[in-house]
Amino acid sequence: MDAFTSIMYLIAAICFIMALRGLSSPETARRGNFYGIAGMAIAILTTMFGPQVHNWWWILGGLAIGGAIGFVVAQRIQMTALPQLVAAFHSLVGLAAVFVALAAFYSPEAFGLLIPGTNEIRGVSLIEMSIGAAVGAYTFTGSVIAWGKLQGVISGKPLVFPFQHFVNLGIGLVLILLVVFFSIWEPGILLWLIIILALALGVLMIVPIGGADMPVVISMLNSYSGWAAAGIGFTLHNPLLIITGALVGSSGAILSYIMCKGMNRSFFNVILGGFGGEAAAGQAALADRTVKQGSAEDAAFLMSNASSVIIVPGYGMAVAQAQHALREMADLLKKQGVKVSYAIHPVAGRMPGHMNVLLAEANVPYDEVFELEDINREFAQADVAFVIGANDVTNPAAKTDSSSPIYGMPVLDVEKAKTVLFVKRSLGSGYAGVDNPLFYRDNTMMLFADAKKMVEDIVKAME
Amino acid sequence: MEEQTTDQGGQGLGGALDLIRRMGEAAQQAADTPAAQVQVPVPVPDVATTVPVVPRPAAEAALQQLLDAAHGPDFLSLLAVFVLAIFVGYYVVWHVTPALHSPLMAVTNAISSVIIVGALIAAGMAVDNVSTVFGFLAVILASVNIFGGFLVTRRMLAMFRKKPR
Repeated sequence: MDAFTSIMYLIAAICFIMALRGLSSPETARRGNFYGIAGMAIAILTTMFGPQVHNWWWILGGLAIGGAIGFVVAQRIQMTALPQLVAAFHSLVGLAAVFVALAAFYSPEAFGLLIPGTNEIRGVSLIEMSIGAAVGAYTFTGSVIAWGKLQGVISGKPLVFPFQHFVNLGIGLVLILLVVFFSIWEPGILLWLIIILALALGVLMIVPIGGADMPVVISMLNSYSGWAAAGIGFTLHNPLLIITGALVGSSGAILSYIMCKGMNRSFFNVILGGFGGEAAAGQAALADRTVKQGSAEDAAFLMSNASSVIIVPGYGMAVAQAQHALREMADLLKKQGVKVSYAIHPVAGRMPGHMNVLLAEANVPYDEVFELEDINREFAQADVAFVIGANDVTNPAAKTDSSSPIYGMPVLDVEKAKTVLFVKRSLGSGYAGVDNPLFYRDNTMMLFADAKKMVEDIVKAME
Repeated sequence: MEEQTTDQGGQGLGGALDLIRRMGEAAQQAADTPAAQVQVPVPVPDVATTVPVVPRPAAEAALQQLLDAAHGPDFLSLLAVFVLAIFVGYYVVWHVTPALHSPLMAVTNAISSVIIVGALIAAGMAVDNVSTVFGFLAVILASVNIFGGFLVTRRMLAMFRKKPR
């Protein structure tokens, strides 16, 4: 790699760091994204004009085909379907890493991987190559399964079978052995075997994880796509790939950590899977308790007379596409002098920050939207907590009932508000399969309906 | 990073592994092991010299290669870059506001497609072969991600607005 290329790659790497840095606030984020685009353009152009590229036809063809697909998909995607899109994109990074590793194996001379004066690939390159390919392959199938679960193509229920963990562990150990053998004897068949096993492992590791743990899974796969890029970077001796891979890898790891903390579960508890599969056991015992049921008019009356309302949106709101109606309702309330704010739980939605994007899409100003730790104290002063499409994240059992599966998870203290309005289709339990004692409280009013329909009715009643 | 400077010492771990690959032969023909393979007469620590089973030239060569692996300038400097970048990522990402975690995922996804650099080299080789096909496919996949990832991030960020005052 000549000095000019090295310096251009360094500039690209700095651009990528600036892109992430920009996301520290919405004001600087757009500029950050521009830095990201600039960094990528520098990286691509430098490589295309560099000494290692001799023929542009395949490159231009690939860029045109891929760019057109990416452009159309990103332009058309609905914000509700964002998690699926991100999962699908991760799978592409994984597969691309596999292809690059294979290309490097079959044409080592083009990448400068040969031992000088011989026809053999350097052992360390073989190790790096096979690890990059394995992580890429794992990311590919894992992301495809995550996409299927989010899209509803595959059942969101955790799929468990006997000796699952032993099988996975066994495959993992075999993979390590194969990487060692491959680095010593260098037969192509071993590289293919490594890729096939890693593909299988990606499927096996993600199928037992339930639909609502997907925020952790996507973050984890985000991280892996970074490690795959770094692995390829080591193979190709390319510091840009290594830096970028490390940035992405640590970003995904931090997001996974935040999501796990939001559920008070360890990372291993999540990735070993099986959570949320069993039906709620205690539900029958609670069924004879009474709930207060209200109408849209009751809700409109209560909120119009309140001085402050906190809206707690959850995934149900996204499914019902109720965010636009919700913002209309909030606008009417604000016109009547009611203070409206939104409370977001870290694991609300199907990916980190999903709720914020959906609210932003509905033109909710971001300075009305608060994270759990910033707003939790204010529920005590609020007149109405309006819970729409959320359940487990409001469950007070997480604070009181040590036998509950969600015990210890940080929850929004909605029950401290004077009145809790709960928009829900039925009394069914949430994802965790836990009954919510909040439904049976005296200050709770259940609004049984589709979230969007109910909010629209409330808006009508207010007008 | 000057790749051309890669000498015997720069082979790093790879050199060591090549050696391990040849260890079998070396052990059998210990007497024939050319002394020339040992480049610099490195003072061999006691550990190696006190093992009488391994013929001395082979042991010295192995040790030399392992030392090279440990001090190989190529791999180690890349490793340093890698570790430092993880730290940079760690501190930068903790500063990302939780409201923007979705755009963060979209943009990291887009930038991780920088592996397109490797794909470009494979797709742009002077002579087409099987690697060209792999490179071409990887260029397509990565550019879906690059264009799609940055565009969807832009769409998301455009929606984040402040309260009109």
